[in-house]
Amino acid sequence: MKRREFLTIPAGALGGTLLYTLAREPFRVEAQNVTQDGNLKVPLRFFTAAEARVIASACERIFPSDSTGPGAKEAGVVIYIDRQLAGPYGADKYRYTKGPWVESFPEHGYQAKENPRETYHQGIAQLGQNFDELPADQQIQKLQSMEKTHFFQLLRAHTIEGMFSDPMHGGNAGLIGWQLIGYPGPRMSYRDDVDQHFGAEWRPKPASLEQIMRRPGKPWEDEKA
Amino acid sequence: MTNLKPVDVAIVGGGWTGLAFAKELVTRTSLNVLALERGAPRDLASYAMDMDELDYNIRLRMMQNIAEETVTHRHSPRDPAVPVRQYGSFHPGTGVGGAGEHWTGMCFRFLPSVFNLRTHLTEKHGAARLPADLAVRDWGVTYDQLEPHYWYAEQMMGVSGKAGNLRGKLIDGGNIFESPRMHEYPTPPLKHSYASHLFEEATRKLGYHPYPTPAANLSQNYTNPDGVTRAACAYCGYCSRFGCMVGAKSQPTNTLLPVLRKHKSFQLRTGSWVRRIVHENGRATGVQFTDAAGEEFFQPAETVILASFTLNNNRLLYLSKIGTPYDPATGKGSLGRNLTHQVEGGIRIFFDKPLNAFMGAGSLGRRISDFDGDNGLTGDDGLLRYGMLSLNGNGDLPIGAFGALPPGASKSNWGAEWKAASLQWRDRVAQLNMYGEHMAYRQNYIDLDPTYTDKFGDPLLRFTLDWTEHEHKQRDFAYNLATKIAPVMGAKIDPTRPSKAKYNVINYQSTHIQGGVTMGPSPDVSVVNPYLQHWDVSNLWVIGASSFPQTASGNPTLTVLAATYWAADAMINKYLKNPGKLA
Repeated sequence: MKRREFLTIPAGALGGTLLYTLAREPFRVEAQNVTQDGNLKVPLRFFTAAEARVIASACERIFPSDSTGPGAKEAGVVIYIDRQLAGPYGADKYRYTKGPWVESFPEHGYQAKENPRETYHQGIAQLGQNFDELPADQQIQKLQSMEKTHFFQLLRAHTIEGMFSDPMHGGNAGLIGWQLIGYPGPRMSYRDDVDQHFGAEWRPKPASLEQIMRRPGKPWEDEKA
Repeated sequence: MTNLKPVDVAIVGGGWTGLAFAKELVTRTSLNVLALERGAPRDLASYAMDMDELDYNIRLRMMQNIAEETVTHRHSPRDPAVPVRQYGSFHPGTGVGGAGEHWTGMCFRFLPSVFNLRTHLTEKHGAARLPADLAVRDWGVTYDQLEPHYWYAEQMMGVSGKAGNLRGKLIDGGNIFESPRMHEYPTPPLKHSYASHLFEEATRKLGYHPYPTPAANLSQNYTNPDGVTRAACAYCGYCSRFGCMVGAKSQPTNTLLPVLRKHKSFQLRTGSWVRRIVHENGRATGVQFTDAAGEEFFQPAETVILASFTLNNNRLLYLSKIGTPYDPATGKGSLGRNLTHQVEGGIRIFFDKPLNAFMGAGSLGRRISDFDGDNGLTGDDGLLRYGMLSLNGNGDLPIGAFGALPPGASKSNWGAEWKAASLQWRDRVAQLNMYGEHMAYRQNYIDLDPTYTDKFGDPLLRFTLDWTEHEHKQRDFAYNLATKIAPVMGAKIDPTRPSKAKYNVINYQSTHIQGGVTMGPSPDVSVVNPYLQHWDVSNLWVIGASSFPQTASGNPTLTVLAATYWAADAMINKYLKNPGKLA
């Protein structure tokens, strides 16, 4: 059996910090699982710790933390991706995977045999095990050289998903992604507001599905793969 | 194979058509009716916990498991067909309620000319001016015959809208180009959004006639003639690809099931995958199905109603060897003809103000039908039929809406520059959507794939389908129309003109795959007669958009339901009294 691996990140990088909404209102995020030395230990389901560091660095280049606001690192995008790959999606449980496998026209989309788990392993090999230690400009160059690959296209899509999906999936930590774009979450009703606020930004404070429904959701990735 | 106790009527499919037909039978006759649904039962209480964009809008958790069955596609017989491995340009539903659970709720009546399109076009242009490969046909049923059934379906769902043509009287604010209606809509229009208001003002200013999109999302609390009460829409934005958490969106589970549950003569069996219609000597004797545990059953029935999605209606007839497969080389045969996929497309427009577009409802919005059918078209440039243009506000969700940028706003589609531009344009992008009639052509059809199989080893369906010059002209027309409207809305239009790309199975188009089991007045080119009874097997009825010889501009569900009620009336009032061929 595989040894249980953890991703260790400084708590300050993921939640537990003062963030700002688009309306520039401070919003405190609670951090969980913070160890005594101030680090966050997140159990990994699919990646090794080394693989997780490589993917986390690549996601950070795709959606960087900078003067416009927080990015993939703060949102915990790598944790989101780890859970997706460990679940049925990662194993292609919901894709047609019978052969024969043939090359086809671009209009037919992804036709290769590799599932997302295999694609990530290939992609990590191509990025190199020391990718996370490279300077930022070299990381960017490396990713630019891989832009056309299926791996990169998945990684880009997953980074956006990890930024803005409900936190029950492991990303969007502390609703940091929804604060960044002013998305209020799955609110039960806008009946009194849908035809108001014309031309003016209206940004109710974000809330997660669990906060709104007062019970935990059942993310698909928790289904047995 | 276990033989089960015979039933009067076995229905294949527990979605809109199967349950609507069942409800007519059990409330109006003493027949015992069994509906077989391959998917799972539904728990309405679960829908509130499903307000999750990732699992439902992106991973498509409500759709058929494509790992078990898909279709293959090729652009022409010269190309090899390959499987659609992931969704996709369309999203077949599964489970009780079928695609009627995850649909958007747009409820259009088709124009009268859609039902006699071959005759209409021939009279307008002369046969010689019509393209040689055009396969459009008359349905064998007219708008006037369907009108009472449209009204019955609208009342069942409580459709929200505003009449524009009430018994011939044109009414400002409704769709004055619509087919004449005998009644006002059951409920008034939905509220609408900022962008939709801008569209309405702009199109009115330009002399067009904007109207509210007719919606199966209730604008107010409503009790239908069956006594089923549902709540008004909350504009939560989780609509298409979700089940409705308050039951405001009409779904088979919140309109028909509450009635059916009260009848002991109705049974719904889930997890039951019908694999063959069994028949001998021109009569269906029942259906063969496999349950979730893999056990096989034979269900004998006096009458079989095939009421699943377009794909499965076609496939079960092929697999059961009922009817004559269409051969495009000779033009002979009927099964699989006239495959169409409503022509949809979005044109992005960009604002310098926030739209608060996260609020919305599936069918919220305004549209224009000034060029629907062939209104305002001469046909001189080869454009025979167009359709509608709309602004929909079904609720922008955060993953899907992120990164919509005007061309040139960022060199890359990732990294710091892209992130900054995406944040700057966030909530400032809307779409003008076209809805075009898709003409049927001789070369677009459905048959069985010779190579790929489903989880049981049965052949998949194969689509041979590509766009023609006519669909490119329709998209061009929509774009030209949009370039007039966008600036009046205070928006900039995406300068990228529609491409003349081939049909692709990747980008979502709509789930409005139609045809293959077409209806018509004569058995040489149609599979079912105008009452949706199979020409060759008179105790087999095939219900759904599979029966439409070509698509209209509007989404098909309301017409699917009207045709279901029309067929159910024919069965109850004529066939059951004197079983045999109705045409």
